[in-house]
Amino acid sequence: MTSRAIALDVEQVAVRFGGLVALSDMNFTVGEGEIVSLIGPNGAGKTTAFNVMTGFLDPAHGKVSYRGATLNGLKPHQIADLGLIRTFQRTSVFPNDTVYDNLLIGLHRQGRVGLFEAILGLPRGRASERRLRERAAELVEWVGLERRAHDPAGSLSYGEQRLVGVALALAAEPSMLLLDEPVSGMNASETHTFVELIRNIRDRGVTILLVEHDMPMVMSVSDRIVVLNYGRIIAEGPPDAIRNDPDVIEAYLGQGAARA
Amino acid sequence: MRAAITILALAAIASVPLWLRDPYLLNALITTGIFIIAAMSLNLLLGFTGQLSLGHIAFFGIGAYVSALTSLGFDIGLPGGFRLVHEPWPPIAGLALAILVAGLCGYFVGLLSFRVRGAYFVIVTISFAEVVRLVALNWVELTQGPLALTNIPSIAIGLPGLGELTLRTKLQNYYLVLAVAVVAYLLIARLVHSHFGRAMRGLMENETLAVSVGIDVTKTLTLAAVISAAIAGAAGSLYAHYIRIIDPEVFAFINTVTMVIMVISGGKGSLAGPVVGGLIFGLLPVVLRPIMAPEAQWIAYGGVLIVILFVLPRGIVPSLAQRFAKRKRQAATVAPVAFSERAKEPA
Repeated sequence: MTSRAIALDVEQVAVRFGGLVALSDMNFTVGEGEIVSLIGPNGAGKTTAFNVMTGFLDPAHGKVSYRGATLNGLKPHQIADLGLIRTFQRTSVFPNDTVYDNLLIGLHRQGRVGLFEAILGLPRGRASERRLRERAAELVEWVGLERRAHDPAGSLSYGEQRLVGVALALAAEPSMLLLDEPVSGMNASETHTFVELIRNIRDRGVTILLVEHDMPMVMSVSDRIVVLNYGRIIAEGPPDAIRNDPDVIEAYLGQGAARA
Repeated sequence: MRAAITILALAAIASVPLWLRDPYLLNALITTGIFIIAAMSLNLLLGFTGQLSLGHIAFFGIGAYVSALTSLGFDIGLPGGFRLVHEPWPPIAGLALAILVAGLCGYFVGLLSFRVRGAYFVIVTISFAEVVRLVALNWVELTQGPLALTNIPSIAIGLPGLGELTLRTKLQNYYLVLAVAVVAYLLIARLVHSHFGRAMRGLMENETLAVSVGIDVTKTLTLAAVISAAIAGAAGSLYAHYIRIIDPEVFAFINTVTMVIMVISGGKGSLAGPVVGGLIFGLLPVVLRPIMAPEAQWIAYGGVLIVILFVLPRGIVPSLAQRFAKRKRQAATVAPVAFSERAKEPA
């Protein structure tokens, strides 16, 4: 683990909403090709941390960098251009478009052609369009939604919409993927399939940072776990160490349980 | 099927002047056509990016004035005793400049207001149109103010081997407007079906998700505003050279409202919507005139709009398309629906 190059580096990040301290002095790193999970009770600041890393929120203090580039002050689409792509807890699809069209929108970064090439239908524009359509079909197949490809994404079940959300993020060709509670609302077998999917994504060389409540899933998939509580990191380490860490048990179950 | 409908409709529209000789009706068709081009440009913003430009007539009017002044020439005093003199250029150069200047205005208005969007965009566009109207009204030296710019020359096009052809007759102008409308339609169709159009749709449906996959909000919306304004400017130029007289009344708010009605009734976000809505509301006054008093005409106009939106709430074209699709699906595919229901359960 120590031999890995650092992909994402979060240094002394603090976020305040008025008087409320959402994050204070957060420091951690994610190595290239690693699967790291960020866990903690509700309101611990996990989603806030995600929003800072992806440019949806400016930190009051501290610095986030990805592969050596500082992310502070960049807009979300500029951060996406660096290969850092996220998914969302709730709104994860373009509801009125078909699944296939969703992925075409997601392929935005791959489809950039000049305005005139697009409007005049020049060969280069057409070739690019053909490539995008092939890639979208591949992605639909990869998340196993071929049968729903031409249904509006908004009509899919919750679990299927989450899959579309992940496929959308993959369409943007991430080098690092940030997943915000991807299996919440999924049943056990859907979760199991999803874990396979995450491993598969990592094997393609994509670094993964995961926010999740489903502990068995987190324990089985993560290389390393970072535990947040009240905006501060209280523990960090491999799953086995975290499982037995008294501070973590206390944060989740309360003091009585930790003493027992 | 769809292509066949388009070609048939186009052939029907193109054949109109061959059997319709009434100059009054032909005139109504030409002005309606010009307004349909403007409505198509409004639809690009309203229907495909979700931004309502309630000052869209400003781009139309700017196109009209730029084109008229380019072809008439002007001589104005500038601060410091300088004079700016412009000799008349051919009207076709006016058309090109109208497109350029209107597009540039679209760029600045877009850049200013897309930082905040939504209601702010509506307010900025309304104010912009009002400011431009006041300039046109009060800069008498340039625009003649309420006295209007008159004797605007007709558009002339150079034909290889045949020399210049000046488009004076209604018949010629009909085909000119039709040609520009077809080009505008194709341009918008290509744009919304391209990578740029998908970025617009993504932003309209779920902006947070769209930016997270790398879509640049400001760039995408500004591009839509520039192209929309440029097309409106072209429509304004056609208007100036056809009517051959323009005054600041061209900037009246009611003209924007007419465009919005055309887009909403025909169906925003549908390419054919503004054409269908435009034909209905452009020609309704013509149909009503012989049978109703002027006051009653406006009431009937409003009544038709209400009925359309009540029966077909998403606009004529999308509502009908949806109904056809539903009927087709019911007729053909009972089994696959059950199949996809089963597909929801993970293996």
